[in-house]
Amino acid sequence: MGSYVPNTVEERSKMLAEMGFSSIEDLFVNIPADMRLTDGLQIPEGMSELEVRRAMEKIAGKNQVFASVFRGAGAYRHYIPSIVKTVISKENLLTAYTPYQAEISQGILQSIFEYQTMICDLTGMDVSNASVYDGAEAAAEGVAMCADRKRKKALISAAAMPGVLETVKTYCYGNQMELEIIPEKDGVTDIEYLKEHIDAGTACVYIQHPNYYGNLEEAQAIGEIVHAAGAKYIMGVNPISLGALKTPREYGADVAVGDGQPLGLPMAFGGPYLGFMASTQEMMRKLPGRIVGQTTDHNGKTGYVLTLQAREQHIRREKASSNICSNQALCALAVGVYLAAMGNEGLQNVALQCTSKAHYLAAELGKIGYETENKGEFFHEFVTVSDTDTAKALAALEEKGILGGYPLDEKRILWCCTEMNTKEEMDEVVRVLKEV
Amino acid sequence: MELREELKYAKSHEWVKEEGEECIIGLTDYAQSELGELVFVNLPEVGDEVTAGEVFGDVESVKAVSDIYSPVTGVVSEINEELLDEPGSINEQPYEAWFIKVKEVTAKEELLSMEEYEAFVESEKNQ
Amino acid sequence: MLIFEKSRPGRGCSTLPKCDVDVVWPGEKDKRELKLHMPELSEIELGRHYTELAKKSHGVNDGFYPLGSCTMKYNPRINEEIAALKGFTDIHPLQPEHTVQGCLEVLKTLKEYLCEITGMDSMTFQPAAGAHGEFTGLLLIKAYHESRGDHARTKILVPDSAHGTNPASAAMAGYKVVSIPSNADGGVDLEKLRAAAGEDVAGLMLTNPNTVGLFDENILEITNIVHECGGLCYYDGANLNAIMGEVRPGDMGFDVIHLNLHKTFSTPHGGGGPGSGPVGCKKLLAEFLPSYQVEGEETLKFTKAEKSIGEMKSFYGNFLVVVRALTYVMTLGKEGIPEASQNAVLNANYMMYKLKDIYHMAYDKTCMHEFVMSLTELKKETGISAMDIAKGLLDHGIHPPTMYFPLIVDEALMVEPTETESKETLDEAIQVFKDLYETAKTDAESLHNAPVTTPLTRLDEVGAARHPVLRYAFEQ
Repeated sequence: MGSYVPNTVEERSKMLAEMGFSSIEDLFVNIPADMRLTDGLQIPEGMSELEVRRAMEKIAGKNQVFASVFRGAGAYRHYIPSIVKTVISKENLLTAYTPYQAEISQGILQSIFEYQTMICDLTGMDVSNASVYDGAEAAAEGVAMCADRKRKKALISAAAMPGVLETVKTYCYGNQMELEIIPEKDGVTDIEYLKEHIDAGTACVYIQHPNYYGNLEEAQAIGEIVHAAGAKYIMGVNPISLGALKTPREYGADVAVGDGQPLGLPMAFGGPYLGFMASTQEMMRKLPGRIVGQTTDHNGKTGYVLTLQAREQHIRREKASSNICSNQALCALAVGVYLAAMGNEGLQNVALQCTSKAHYLAAELGKIGYETENKGEFFHEFVTVSDTDTAKALAALEEKGILGGYPLDEKRILWCCTEMNTKEEMDEVVRVLKEV
Repeated sequence: MELREELKYAKSHEWVKEEGEECIIGLTDYAQSELGELVFVNLPEVGDEVTAGEVFGDVESVKAVSDIYSPVTGVVSEINEELLDEPGSINEQPYEAWFIKVKEVTAKEELLSMEEYEAFVESEKNQ
Repeated sequence: MLIFEKSRPGRGCSTLPKCDVDVVWPGEKDKRELKLHMPELSEIELGRHYTELAKKSHGVNDGFYPLGSCTMKYNPRINEEIAALKGFTDIHPLQPEHTVQGCLEVLKTLKEYLCEITGMDSMTFQPAAGAHGEFTGLLLIKAYHESRGDHARTKILVPDSAHGTNPASAAMAGYKVVSIPSNADGGVDLEKLRAAAGEDVAGLMLTNPNTVGLFDENILEITNIVHECGGLCYYDGANLNAIMGEVRPGDMGFDVIHLNLHKTFSTPHGGGGPGSGPVGCKKLLAEFLPSYQVEGEETLKFTKAEKSIGEMKSFYGNFLVVVRALTYVMTLGKEGIPEASQNAVLNANYMMYKLKDIYHMAYDKTCMHEFVMSLTELKKETGISAMDIAKGLLDHGIHPPTMYFPLIVDEALMVEPTETESKETLDEAIQVFKDLYETAKTDAESLHNAPVTTPLTRLDEVGAARHPVLRYAFEQ
């Protein structure tokens, strides 16, 4: 049996005796006897560390790690600089609690303050929170924070990530906001539909940019329509793209959200990821979740604290705008280290490599009958249409250890390229598909 | 505990100043000392209706949120936006730091005179 | 110093090779104009910066962390190694199912173990934290009532001792919160509960042991009262460390629960996340679960519940956190799980026993895994509050217990040692508490200024809230 209890059986007996008890059972007298488990748990016996390692390695061995990945659709394979892992493995940071006791948590608080600054800089916005669960949940919270007494409707683009659409729907099931989907047209948000359906009861409009298909939206024009109707503009963005693409701020967004997974977090079968949320100064107090602020101590030294806590659940309880308690602190730390390790040039480099390689692959695939469906500009994801059955195509790639794009249907594949895909890998994809 | 002769007081620790057709509302000195250093105020909007005995806003300290109750029924004619920038003025000058002005007053809670309020607070303290 | 202040133009790390295809720039209308101000540092400077930050942090590995209701138990190293295996970290969530049989096995296996431990029939790992799980569970309850055509249930009952996330989650799910007062023993007041239980009640949210560390003996009566009026019972699993392996929420009458893997199941807190808040439920709610379930024997696959409430976030949950929790449950196993809860309760009672002659215990009863002290008397006599004692502990390298929670105890300090502390550690902590009490009596002033040995003294939280500075400002 594996155990992390330091005290030996003798030591436990001594402690019990000191208290005047004869057995640990005496401490559970308040639990009605007929409820107690008598036969013990029906789970396997515990294991030593070596046995556990073998068992879990065996399970991990049943997963296929692809050498080449061309799939995105919400989870992206980017290069994680080695220093990221070093930092998030530091025990003081890894095993620490939420920094409510500011005096002994300055390390964590400062790292969050730095993260908040970097997110603001990346998105161009004024204020960022300390992170929420992931990009989809950030979108849902973003929608919720825009509601007010007179405006309860949210318009969300059908070209957003499916996970985002589903999550916003589920959250609206809870908070009773009315949700309307703006249909897509030619792979982007149908602006005409938006113009016709936005009204004085609309709290916010959410678009994804680049969207699910990799397409760039008419973000500027959409922003103008939204503001003309007095609603708030929420943009869901890919943070890597902001190394080269215009920021939500420049498009006029009131709230910018997205998933920080591409910034130093592994794909990890879906989590943990990170939701970033940033807003204009005006909307600062509507942001959910933890926020770190700068202040001074009694001696005038600069320090950091969790602030604006009166927005949060532990103070406002049922009047809080969100129930969120945890942030994704360690993930935010990883994001901060990634951004610092990459620097300005590095970020721009990653973004350009992503889009350049995607354009290269799209062109090459076009030559062998996989036409690019995207009509306008795309960032690092694009959709191909071909006569070849997608299952067949992807199976052929899989055999060569390549995870091809995500199958949208029997004819269409959503591809993604990042800086991790070499020219050789992309040429190999084309070579393999040519044979199918 | 500071008090002002010319004001009326509610048991929920707001003060009321009757100025012609309008009522001006704020928090008493006792209230602000109990609440501690205030960091933010949530006020209604001009044109909102307020009802006697019901919550019209709240004040935040670092660790708590407290509702503020309207002693009168009416329509908000003005809000003190300065409070949004300087919530500390409620602590420093509670009788100058007004929250809202209410017009078209149709009902009032039972309002106490300065002496009655003083006695009320003393009895509350002793409980 | 902030990382931005250490930045120097032109410095950096050499992480990526040059682009091996023609570089394509975004079109003019979508090109970024705003300047980026990411830090520019070499790797050694980066490393030193974060080493410095780590030194200014305090983790479970640094010392005793008796935070009530947080279960700051030891985070085993093997969990970290397993969670770092490429066979887990390098898996794309949308890979074909036959290439992720290991991931599916993780989800299925832990679900089986946790359902056994909690007495539930089904479980989702999608919620990313406890509060997220609460929101999920409440939506399950909502979906359940609506599926039966019952739209009259608008209220959720929550004890006044509950953690703030409970009423906040209920409000997010569109419910009105009705607070049920606690009785003198800190348990649910049965009469008040009976009075509140009506046909407009969707459910009750409860934790047992409760937030003052006591097991409510009336639990079957409580869940019965709620069931009889047609409501469902939600279990907040934050305090499961007291009872796992001893008694199961499913046997106490609960229909839906959430667990905190980052509390009970040893996954690290990470300075505030990521956690994981799986939601378990009885059969009657299983058809509403969000995300996917894993089914199959030889070959595993994902299935979606027929009337699923949707998604709480993308994909399947904080998978690497789930991996850690599975590793932990496999390590402890059948005997280790109850051993953990038994020793959590033993350690808490030991501390309470040794302190009760000096500190006022809010409830004079055998506690479970945590106990609550009230410093009201001490404050009256000496002016020293719970806050002051807590800050005084910092000067002794001990993380303070939870302060001012639960709300039903005045000047509360809630202590939860957990099972992974040795007798010596407990004895040392007990002595520090005793010394602080003495100091309060003899030199109160010194405690008002505490902490004094930490890098910073008490921070101005009022100023931080009145004039928020939430980011570093770059010179434009």
